[in-house]
Amino acid sequence: MIELEGLTKRYGEKVAVDHLTFTVRPGIVTGFLGPNGAGKSTTMRMILGLDHPTAGDVRIDGTHYERLQDPLTYIGALLEAKGVHPGRSAYNHLLWLAQSNGIPERRVREVLDEVGLTAVARKKAKGFSLGMGQRLGIAAALLGDPRILMFDEPVNGLDPEGIHWIRTLMKSLAQQGRTVFVSSHLMSEMALTADHLVVIGQGRLLADTSMAQFIERNSRSYVRVRSPQREALLDALHQAGVTAVDGPDGTLEVDGTPAGTIGELAAANGVVLHELSPQQASLEEAFMQLTAESVEYHAHAGTPLPPQQQQRQQQQWGESWRKG
Amino acid sequence: MATAQVVRSEWTKIRSVASTVWTLSTAVVVTIALGMLISALSKNEFDNLSQREKLSFDPTFISFAGTGLGQLAMIVFGVLVVSNEYSTGMIRASLAAVPKRGVFLFSKLAVATALVFVVGMATSFATFFLGQLMLGDLKASIGDDGVLRAVFGGGLYMTLIALFSMGVATMLRSPMLSLGILMPFFFLISNILGNVSATEKVGRFLPDQAGSKIMQVVTPVDDDTPYGPWGGLGIMALWVIAAVVGGYVLLKRRDAQ
Repeated sequence: MIELEGLTKRYGEKVAVDHLTFTVRPGIVTGFLGPNGAGKSTTMRMILGLDHPTAGDVRIDGTHYERLQDPLTYIGALLEAKGVHPGRSAYNHLLWLAQSNGIPERRVREVLDEVGLTAVARKKAKGFSLGMGQRLGIAAALLGDPRILMFDEPVNGLDPEGIHWIRTLMKSLAQQGRTVFVSSHLMSEMALTADHLVVIGQGRLLADTSMAQFIERNSRSYVRVRSPQREALLDALHQAGVTAVDGPDGTLEVDGTPAGTIGELAAANGVVLHELSPQQASLEEAFMQLTAESVEYHAHAGTPLPPQQQQRQQQQWGESWRKG
Repeated sequence: MATAQVVRSEWTKIRSVASTVWTLSTAVVVTIALGMLISALSKNEFDNLSQREKLSFDPTFISFAGTGLGQLAMIVFGVLVVSNEYSTGMIRASLAAVPKRGVFLFSKLAVATALVFVVGMATSFATFFLGQLMLGDLKASIGDDGVLRAVFGGGLYMTLIALFSMGVATMLRSPMLSLGILMPFFFLISNILGNVSATEKVGRFLPDQAGSKIMQVVTPVDDDTPYGPWGGLGIMALWVIAAVVGGYVLLKRRDAQ
């Protein structure tokens, strides 16, 4: 379990991480999502005691990282920066890590085998491809057989086979009851692996929710309707108890009513339709909308948004609270 | 117990990169070869020396003439041992594995210093004996007054110069910056400051100027250095302590990057 409480990191005037409070629980994959520069890596470095928080606190199983005896046996991490000396062999890289934490040397061979690097164990790391480097980083994370694993952008630059391997690995680690915390800037990636989702933007917590709930809220399906007789259509819908909201370019968007029903309503009232199309907002869109808002709130703090933009936000991301 | 693990791990790090071997072997070869060469040249030139120069003739110190250049390889070793951590990003892996930064730094310095001590001592004794061989009948004997101290001191000097470099590299982190400052400083600037009369009084308190006094057996005529061989080494040790403490304080306070 990783617990963050009001975790904050400032670099001079710039706030990289802004009062983050959330808990990463065991037995599931928790996705840590945010655009590049949102503060994911900084947060992860603070979890590992590498960066000192400006304020707030982070604990691993209730303890500060630097107080952990042999920390690699509690938490293993793959950081974005690989941290391997190019002139050192994979075996020796894992060996010094193992020795520093009193991990037996046989574990080095075990993890090399697990990530499929046994054949190149004695080769210098500088000859490694991106994928091999990533596998070596994962071997290092697994070395101490830790209960908590943390991966920073693990699929970056990997080929499809490598991506599939990492996804499967993360799921199986969670199934073994371990805490798995994985960052990404890709919603699509998270949708495939994560059970729980923590979203940050500009260092601030935007969402802390189960994946299922996030999908339910955000993969919104609606019907887009376009009509030259807009008012007549609105009246007809209103009489039938169907709510429509303004969409872009004078369209209307209707939630929770099938396209067929709307078409029949229009026909019954003699309203001409130019468009009647079922729409599905992707998770990626929902995520971008969510994080874009955080950017906008920061950029124009205090200034009201132009009305059209405000509407868009309500329709897309504000779905859950509009419906109440 | 935990510290013993970290020491073992640092030993694995140091023995598993090529730079350890090439920097240390360069130091050994350059120090010995140059010492032998200058010893041989000095023997040939001895008859042409003035009476005063003959009185100041110090066969032990002459055999250490290669130290000035050989120490540069020691400096490279000291800088790389520390700054490799930063230039490769390994520092994050190291501090994640050993979050107690004092334990990390002092284990690393202890391992690297112990290695330099062994190599430095062996080099020092080899330099002395081979240098004396070149000096023929002008040679000093290890049993002569102050000679053993000078030879042992030569090994200590090389150890301290490497440790000083490790401290500086811990503060500066970048290998290029560290080498860019240390190399010209010890190769040129310190020598100039120590030999130009205007700056001599300050220059001789610089780490290498003070420390190299330990390798001197015959005090030159008119020498007014205000410290003796051990005093000089003590001054050098103070510089080393300052560099290491500075490195430790910065490592402790800074984010790991």
